[in-house]
Amino acid sequence: MPHIKPKRNNPRLDMTPLVDLAFLLVTFFMLTTQFRPEEVVSVDMPSSTANIPLPDRNVVMLTVAKDGRIFMDLDGQKERAALLKRMGEEYKVSFTDAETALFGNLASWGVPMSSIKAYLNTPQSERKKFPQPGIPSDSSNNELSKWVLNARLVNPKVRLAIKGDRETPYEKVKKVIQTIQDKPMVNRFNLITNLKEK
Amino acid sequence: MSEVQTGGGDKGKGGKPKAKKMSTHIDMTPMVDLAFLLLTFFMLTTTFSKPKTMEIAMPEKPKDNTDVPQVNEKKVLNLVLAENNRIFAYVGLKPTEDVVEELNYSENSLRKKLFERLRGDSGSMVLIKADDKASYANVVSLFDEMNITKQKRYALIDINDDEKKLLKEKTGTN
Repeated sequence: MPHIKPKRNNPRLDMTPLVDLAFLLVTFFMLTTQFRPEEVVSVDMPSSTANIPLPDRNVVMLTVAKDGRIFMDLDGQKERAALLKRMGEEYKVSFTDAETALFGNLASWGVPMSSIKAYLNTPQSERKKFPQPGIPSDSSNNELSKWVLNARLVNPKVRLAIKGDRETPYEKVKKVIQTIQDKPMVNRFNLITNLKEK
Repeated sequence: MSEVQTGGGDKGKGGKPKAKKMSTHIDMTPMVDLAFLLLTFFMLTTTFSKPKTMEIAMPEKPKDNTDVPQVNEKKVLNLVLAENNRIFAYVGLKPTEDVVEELNYSENSLRKKLFERLRGDSGSMVLIKADDKASYANVVSLFDEMNITKQKRYALIDINDDEKKLLKEKTGTN
């Protein structure tokens, strides 16, 4: 009696379509991606129905963290480098070219002028741990107003955007608003929010 | 999935020796692995939703006291934001006990009130006064309500002493 062998199916799959699809998606994501900017402090933004997208360029972003610390961010490497130079002149801190170039590439910053040089000279691996007490905005030492003023001089097209945490006490945000209304005399600005799901 | 050796079945049979045919299949598994790895990476690092923004134009700071714009006090709805998401509303100049009412952020409290005001008279105005302890989210949602109800005139201004006193009475704290 011939032993009938059950026909074995070849377990190999043709993966070509899978590969096609996967690479198509990879290409898509590679081309459309915009890397999420590194966040120094995590901010949970309040949501609203406003749906004007924030422009990519020419934005000064003032982040007010939950504990009231203020961070600033400006886009554009050249602008940032120029801004640091101007601030250095104002506060009598001189920066080397390497330092300004490095500053151009960093994320948002929240260090007072007195320690910004130390911050820039911290090795990259340690930089995250560098204490960032926020940009001072007291009436005696209002660096924030100087930063914003100089940012506007460096790039006159710049818009101001405030990004606050849901739980930031209004007091802290008020201080920022008062500062930018007072010195650079900006009455128009943007509040960054998440889109509310409706 | 790795390649599985098949076709070892007819070795024992006789016949002329066939030239061994090379398989034209390439094992694509590593390629797929790589592709999906990249895919995952880009999917996780990408940001699709751009942050949205609401534009705020603050009233210009008056240069001196004579410059302060005058408004009819009956047309002004004052919204005082307090801590713990409380809102106190009153119409007029002074927050006396009989005109103050407490609202909340729900649709049929604050929004209803705002629509009422808007329908009631054309020149109505809303002043938003946030206490220091109110949260930023409160202020943002108030602005949002203004946009939703399409208020024409509204402003964010500092809280005054009368209102501070009112909050002290109402909330029991400073």
